[in-house]
Amino acid sequence: MKRASKIYTALIMVFLFAPIAILLVFSFNRAKSLSVFSGFSLYWYRELFRDTETLKAVSNTLILAVSAALISTVMGTAAAVGINRIRSRLLRSALDSVTNIPMINPDIITGISLMLMFVFVGRLFGAATSLSFWTMLIAHITFCLPYVILQVLPKLQQMDKSLAEAAMDLGCTPLRAFFKAELPEIMPGVITGLIMAFTLSLDDFVISYFTSGNGFQTLPIRIYNMTKKTVTPKMYALATIIFFVILALLLVSNLYDDESAQRRRDAKNKKKTREVKT
Amino acid sequence: MNKKTRSLIQRMTLTPYSVWAVLFIVVPLIFVAYYAFTDQSFRFTLDNITRFFTATSQVDDGETVREVHTYLVIFWRSLRLAVISTVICLLAGYPLAYIMARAKSRTQSILLTLIMIPMWMNFLIRTYAWMTILQDTGILNGLLTALHLGRIHIIGTEAAVVIGMVYDYFPYMVLPIYSVMAKLDVKLLEAASDLGCPGLSVLRRVIWPLSLPGVLSGVTMVLIPSISTFYISQKLGNGKFFLIGDAIEGQYVANNLHFAAAIAFILMVILLACMALVQKLANRRVIVA
Repeated sequence: MKRASKIYTALIMVFLFAPIAILLVFSFNRAKSLSVFSGFSLYWYRELFRDTETLKAVSNTLILAVSAALISTVMGTAAAVGINRIRSRLLRSALDSVTNIPMINPDIITGISLMLMFVFVGRLFGAATSLSFWTMLIAHITFCLPYVILQVLPKLQQMDKSLAEAAMDLGCTPLRAFFKAELPEIMPGVITGLIMAFTLSLDDFVISYFTSGNGFQTLPIRIYNMTKKTVTPKMYALATIIFFVILALLLVSNLYDDESAQRRRDAKNKKKTREVKT
Repeated sequence: MNKKTRSLIQRMTLTPYSVWAVLFIVVPLIFVAYYAFTDQSFRFTLDNITRFFTATSQVDDGETVREVHTYLVIFWRSLRLAVISTVICLLAGYPLAYIMARAKSRTQSILLTLIMIPMWMNFLIRTYAWMTILQDTGILNGLLTALHLGRIHIIGTEAAVVIGMVYDYFPYMVLPIYSVMAKLDVKLLEAASDLGCPGLSVLRRVIWPLSLPGVLSGVTMVLIPSISTFYISQKLGNGKFFLIGDAIEGQYVANNLHFAAAIAFILMVILLACMALVQKLANRRVIVA
C-alpha cells in the first residue's frame, strides 16, 4: 500500500473504532460519569451481573435466535431445493420477488406490517394483547428466511444435477439421495445461512420492537429501554462483553475459514497428483 | 427420476415456505394498505392519507411563527439527511474499498474483519456511544477544551444525526463495493493505462462503470435504513429532529395504528418508485458504458 492509502485507511479505522474504544475504557470507570475517567474499577461489571432483567434478556435473545435460526435454516434449505427445481418461469420470478421483499423493505415496515396483522388476528380472537414470544419468533423466522435461501441457492446451482439421480439409480429413495448426496454438497451454504440467520436474529432491534409483547424482552430491546432513561456505565460493561464475544467469534470463524481453504487446497493437490499417477 | 416423485419432492419442499411467505410476507403488506385506508372501525376512508399531505403545525424559529406541513417537512428532512449520509458514505467508502481490493490478500482479510466488527455491535450501542462523545459535556468537548480550541454544540443538530447515520451504516457501503472490486481483473486496468489512458480516466472510464453494481447495492443498503431510522434521530437529534421513522414509531406508541400504517404505506410506495427509477437508470448507464 502507498503511504496515502495507509493514512486514509488508518483515519477510517480511527473513526470506526474510537467510539468502541471509549465504551471499553469507560466501562471500567469508577465514577458514574460517561466523560471523565476517575479510576479503574470493575464496579459496573458487578452491577451488570446483579441486573437480573438484563441477564434474563440475554437468555431470551439466545433462545429466540437459536430457534429462529434452526427453523429458518431447515425451511429455507428445503425452499431453496424446491425453488431450484421450479421449471415455470412465472412461478420462479414470483417466488423470487416475494423472497426479496423482507430484504428490500425497511425494517420498520416489515415490523409494522407484521404487528398490524398480529394485532388484527388477535382482536379477531378477542385477545387483549396478541404480541408474545411466538409473534416475535414468527417475525424473526420471516426476516431470516430470505438470507438462508440466498446462501443455499447458489450452492444448489453449482452442484452437479446428476448426483442425486445417480444415487437414486443406485437404489436410494429420493429422501435418502438428498441427505446422502445433495446435502453434503450444499452444506457450506447451509452453515453460512444458519450463522447469518443467528446473527441477524441476535442483532435485530426494529422488527423485534414492533412485534414483542410486554413479557418477552430481548437484549436489544433491553438496551433500548435502558438508554431511554439516564444510562449508567453498566450498559458500557455490557457492550464491552458483547464486543469481546464478537471478536472471539470472528477470530474463530476466520481461523476455521483459513483451515478449510487449506484443506480444500490439499484435497485438490492430492487429486492432481493422483491424476498424474494414473 | 419419474415425474410423480419429482412433483412430490417439489411440493414437499416448496409448500411450507410458500405458505409461510404468503402468510407472513404478503398478507402483512396487505394489512398495511388495509389499515392505511380505513378508520378506527375499519370503514374505508382516505383521511389517513390526506392527513399526511395536509396536516400542518406551527414552527417557532425564535422570531416568527410559521405554519408548515408537518409530515411533508418530516419526510423532506428524512430524505435530505439520508441522501447526505449516503453521499458521505460513498465518498469515504469508495476509496477505502478500492484500497482494500488492491491490498495483499492477508491485509485484505484483516481489513475486512476490522470493517465488520463495528457492524456486529448492535446499532443502539454504537449510536449511544456517539451520544456520549458529542454531548455538550462529552468527550469531544473535553478534548477541544483541553486543546484550547473552545467548545462546539453539536448534539441535537442535524450534523449529529448525519454522523450517527454515517457511522452506523458505513460498512454497508464499503462491503458491496469491495466485493465487486476484488473480482475486478487487474489486467483490464493495466491494459487501459498501457493504451495511454491517464490515471484519472482509468478510474472514470474503467473502474467506476465496472464497480457500479456494488455502488448501487451499497447506496440502497445505506439509504433505506437511514431514511427509515428512528433511534438515531431520537438520541443524537435530542428528539428535536423528527424523521419519518419517528413519525411511524410515535403513532405506534400512541396506539394510532391506522395513521402509522398510512405513513408506512406512503414511505413504501415512494421507496419502491425510487428503486425502480434507480434500477432503470443503472441499466441504461451499464449499456452506455
